[in-house]
Amino acid sequence: MSTQVKHRGQAPSPEPATRDAVLARALTRTYRDARGAAVQALADVSLRVGRGEVLAVVGPSGCGKTTLLELICGLQTPDGGTITSAPAVLMPQRDLLLPWLSAAENAALALRVAGHSRAEARARASALFADLGLEGFEGARPEELSGGMRQRVAFLRTLLAGKPVLCLDEPFGALDAITRGEMQEWLSLTLTREARTVVLVTHDVEEAIMLADRVAVLSPRPGRVIEELEVNLPRPRARTDGEVSSLRERALRALGGAARA
Amino acid sequence: MSRRALRALPAVVLAMLLAGGWELYVDLAGVEPALLPAPHDVASSLWNSGDLLLRNFRVTAEEVLLGLALALVVGFALAVAIHLSPLFRRAFYPLAVGSQALPIPVIGVLLVFWWGFGILPKLAVIALICFFPVVVTTVDGLAAVDPDQLKLLRTLDASRWQAFRLAELPAALPAALSGARIAIAVGVIGAFIAETTTPTSGPYPGLGREIITDVNFQMPRAYAGTVVLFGFAIACFYALSLAERKLAPWTTRPRGELH
Repeated sequence: MSTQVKHRGQAPSPEPATRDAVLARALTRTYRDARGAAVQALADVSLRVGRGEVLAVVGPSGCGKTTLLELICGLQTPDGGTITSAPAVLMPQRDLLLPWLSAAENAALALRVAGHSRAEARARASALFADLGLEGFEGARPEELSGGMRQRVAFLRTLLAGKPVLCLDEPFGALDAITRGEMQEWLSLTLTREARTVVLVTHDVEEAIMLADRVAVLSPRPGRVIEELEVNLPRPRARTDGEVSSLRERALRALGGAARA
Repeated sequence: MSRRALRALPAVVLAMLLAGGWELYVDLAGVEPALLPAPHDVASSLWNSGDLLLRNFRVTAEEVLLGLALALVVGFALAVAIHLSPLFRRAFYPLAVGSQALPIPVIGVLLVFWWGFGILPKLAVIALICFFPVVVTTVDGLAAVDPDQLKLLRTLDASRWQAFRLAELPAALPAALSGARIAIAVGVIGAFIAETTTPTSGPYPGLGREIITDVNFQMPRAYAGTVVLFGFAIACFYALSLAERKLAPWTTRPRGELH
């Protein structure tokens, strides 16, 4: 049985989709902004993400990164090209916790949707709270949590959706530098325990190199992949590591070159 | 003094000041009691006719509370229908607005013809007056749900109904309760209109009917009945504020002020 979901009814991919969790080919996507003007978000984006791989997508603001994630999650359909993906769940930029549910109930939202009882859903989420340093906050309302804690609850909600592909849209963008550093370490640790395929969108090149197996650099809008970097470094990685610095330089050069072009 | 009593103090002081000014005006200007009774006359009438007023008040209170409950159920259901169906919104919303301009006596006779001299015609009138603020606030509450929230629920495989139940319904609850607070304030005068346009059989026709009778013969008692209606509207409003805090604790207000 295949877990592949095809979002667009075009010719099936010639090779069997086995090692790839996400396969995008020549994706284009144009949307209309609030004033009705056509905005081309993506132009000819091709990329693949292997099963269990962490792919970071970096690019300047407005280069269509969020559009790419929504295409992977099936929330949008491409105007051109094809995309196939194993079932994917989105962790949006904002935590979007429901204010009327407790932290545990928010984390267990997918279980509730899947028809589990309220008590069972809460119990399964609560069991993971300690791993995330959230012990004792199961019954807290979102407004009582700090920004970092809210992001962790949102991440737990994403994990508990039970889908093989996690699409993380700038998960730490709204956090202060210290909390962001902690969250990156924590995410890196969690991913070594919970093997999932991850597409991590960020505008922070260093964050991408610290967390990902591979980094795809997108050009300014309309986004295309202008550089792909393999990060063959053992984890945990240090920001001060020479390899990390040189990869960062390469990524920044690619971004800078695209900006001048 | 408890904190709650302390919060009520400004209102009590203002009411006493107004009553004092009223008393002075009546005494100094020599106003006819049949035109404007002095507060002390109203107070003694309230005391002497307490039993009559209380029995009539019970009738009116029942009408208001049941009428408001009906308005809440109908108003909420209509708001949901408007939210879910653009066609229904276009068809129904103008009529709902128009219904608020309906002079009740026009339909009073028909309501009595249909449902007789009991409580039903009153409930219909009160619900007609009260449902509108509930519809408007609830529709806005439902529409104010973050679209990203709904998108998120979709990636968690939520059905339309689940998204409605988990996100839109709770988001609309405080709005609906705000509508109910506006509704209760007009609901009391709605009961007065209902009682005076659809006659009641039985010994106690309600405070509205009692007041209308007293206006001609016993002005102090008409004012005493009005004071009771005043107090009832205020009590209902704050009871609903309290209910909103219990039912929707996530909508915290600065300093926990009830208003």
